[in-house]
Amino acid sequence: MDFSSINPALLIASLMVSATPILLAAIGEAVVEKSGVLNLGVEGMMIVGAVVGFIVAVNTDTPLLGFVCAAIISGIFSIIFGMLTQYLKSNQVATGLGLTLVGLGLSALLGRPYEGMKSPTLKALEIPFFSDIPVLGKMLFSHDLMIYFSIFLVTSVWWFLKYTHAGMVLRAVGENHDAAHALGYKVVRVRMLAIMFGGATSGLGGAYISLARVPQWTEGMTAGAGWIALAIVVFASWRPWRVLFGAYIFGGVTVLQLNLQAAGASIPVEYLSMSPYLITIVVLVIISSRGNQGAPASLGRPFHASS
Amino acid sequence: MIKKLLEINGISKTYPGVIANSDISFDINSGEVHALLGENGAGKSTLVKIIYGLVKPDSGNLLLNGVPFKPVTPSEARKAGIAMVFQHFSLFEALSVAENISLGMDNPPNQRDLGKKIKSVSESYGLPLDPAKTVGELSVGERQRVEIIRCLLQNPKLLVMDEPTSVLTPQEVDILFKTLLKLRSEGTSILYISHKLEEIRKLCDTATILRLGKKVDTCTPEKTSTKKLAEMMVGSTIKAPEKLNKPAGQVMLNVDNICCVSKSQFGTSLTNVTFDLRQGEILGIGGVAGNGQDELFAVLSGEQFSQHGSISFNEINITKFNPNQRRKIGLLSAPEERLGHAAAPNMSLIENTLITAENSQNLVSLGFIDWKKSKAFAEKVIKKFDVRTPGSQNTARSLSGGNLQKFVIGREILQNPSVFIVNQPTWGVDAAAASSIRQALLTLSENGAAILVISQDLDELLEISDQFAALNGGALSRIEKTADLSMEQIGLMMGGAKDLEARNV
Repeated sequence: MDFSSINPALLIASLMVSATPILLAAIGEAVVEKSGVLNLGVEGMMIVGAVVGFIVAVNTDTPLLGFVCAAIISGIFSIIFGMLTQYLKSNQVATGLGLTLVGLGLSALLGRPYEGMKSPTLKALEIPFFSDIPVLGKMLFSHDLMIYFSIFLVTSVWWFLKYTHAGMVLRAVGENHDAAHALGYKVVRVRMLAIMFGGATSGLGGAYISLARVPQWTEGMTAGAGWIALAIVVFASWRPWRVLFGAYIFGGVTVLQLNLQAAGASIPVEYLSMSPYLITIVVLVIISSRGNQGAPASLGRPFHASS
Repeated sequence: MIKKLLEINGISKTYPGVIANSDISFDINSGEVHALLGENGAGKSTLVKIIYGLVKPDSGNLLLNGVPFKPVTPSEARKAGIAMVFQHFSLFEALSVAENISLGMDNPPNQRDLGKKIKSVSESYGLPLDPAKTVGELSVGERQRVEIIRCLLQNPKLLVMDEPTSVLTPQEVDILFKTLLKLRSEGTSILYISHKLEEIRKLCDTATILRLGKKVDTCTPEKTSTKKLAEMMVGSTIKAPEKLNKPAGQVMLNVDNICCVSKSQFGTSLTNVTFDLRQGEILGIGGVAGNGQDELFAVLSGEQFSQHGSISFNEINITKFNPNQRRKIGLLSAPEERLGHAAAPNMSLIENTLITAENSQNLVSLGFIDWKKSKAFAEKVIKKFDVRTPGSQNTARSLSGGNLQKFVIGREILQNPSVFIVNQPTWGVDAAAASSIRQALLTLSENGAAILVISQDLDELLEISDQFAALNGGALSRIEKTADLSMEQIGLMMGGAKDLEARNV
């Protein structure tokens, strides 16, 4: 076994790449759940984003446009969920699961002609000066735009929820929708916007898989990333920075176990492959077992305005 | 000169199957405290929702300062100077006091300025509040303060209060009344909804009485007797419960030196509680909310086990009996929280009867439910206790608070318990229903049951209990004969020295 082939700087750098799809999806879902809606369709929205982003990027040769279209189309795709659950009062769990199944099927259909192609990828942004710092430069300052964007997104979500009036209204709606309604806030509208935001970021996360992480299209390539994003939101107690932490642990263990496999570790491959899921959940359970869980009190409950 | 602030003209509102308001007209003058009286379901809440822009009336109109006023949203009503304190608080538990208040304002200042403003307003009205605290940590009385301060920050012309005292301790009620009188002296009108007649006589200038959606009368409560008010409200004469003085029998329940650590983070642990409960006796337990009432109830009903001490029922040691085992030997209990604790909200009344009466009424045989018998028993409860519901198939949630309370108490009483533990039997229940529940408790005790009533309503305890004790900080005071006690002594027993105001500053 040769561990010297594992380069820590590269490990950190690839950790961020591997965590970003989940991070993007999870931060969006955190906002959705903070507004009191449980959307189990993250996996479906991600894979729709992955296929749309891939198709657009291949045809226009502009990866950035691929990301933009992925966000828009997944956002629109999530409106289906929003219409069903918020206006037609369908069950959120069943509708979310349905959305996942539809997304998987739809993406397989759309992606068929593109199987096996390679997509153009985002260029790494070498940040002047910082990227020249030895080790650290390679680790943190030589990434593509989307990685910086995902961290920017976590920061803005944190700031939005904590410091803005709109963020407070969103939390209030998720906490007690009847009271929010009684005070005159538009519960359904707030939730629709949150659902669309969650759809858009899930789309970005999916597109990151097909345009940056793997740069090709394979049917079902999200491979459960949406589900782990959902789990991370819960175990991160709906807090943006913990979502980032959870996603990076998952990404880190994923990359590490791949490196270990490559290095020929004597642990059976099956254990290594399951380790990211196991370790992420164990770590986050330990964190969240202490103190306040902070689940939005109206999470998943249907809202009927009485008037 | 008296100026009319709000004129209500011929308001009607019909829901499918129910006429909530039918042609209601009255005026609210500026600077008056106007009471809106009525039983549960008389249409009080619908009417105030119309005033606050939450519900649109089918017909009729409102005039505010002589100008037509048609609020479509609460925020329009707030802009016009109408503020409302809700019966079920419209608060967000996970958010801070300041955040909660700013959510109810149309142009909230930033959090720091708001915090300062909250402090100054709350202190000037004698309602101290810490703006940074999370609402989930506050007592019920403090939560109501949050609602009131939220209203006061907008300088309302009309403050609507929907049953503000139903959840408060006597001390908190006094503080609230002082605040309301101060507001009145500053020219604010108050529409005060309640069915507590004594309060209304003390506080209100005018009272409008609603019954079954119609206005019955308007009167000056000071000049009208409580009995008359109650009769106008109910539409028939009310019989005050009668108490027969009967000597108490043998000891049914012996509680010896119980200590119990509270499960709730904000609860009070019980320390060395000792008492005997005798046949044919009602023991009333008073005290300010949060002094161990919930813990005492939990220990007696078997929901929680004490760490120390013992409980015996008719000389059987039942310290480690769970609620079902206790029910089997005839110790029944009715908790304070009706929905979710005493009854499962989304299950029918029949199913809810099954939950506690399964054994005593033999409603289950060989693991199969006897639906016929269950239905018959549920309907017996509904009939005997005058529970108003379209049928036993309806869910517990669909009943109004008072009706569900009658059902929950009736369900236990008709099982003929030999010991009955009840927490807040008439909380949020209208006068007529409260009186019939108290009568039922008295009748049960006359038939030889031993009853423990935990209540925050002192008048209720004085009316029905033979013996009285108070909980203070988880410890039980001496037990005294109720008839020998003066109000002052009761105050001392409740730990009157510790003033609530002092505690919360």
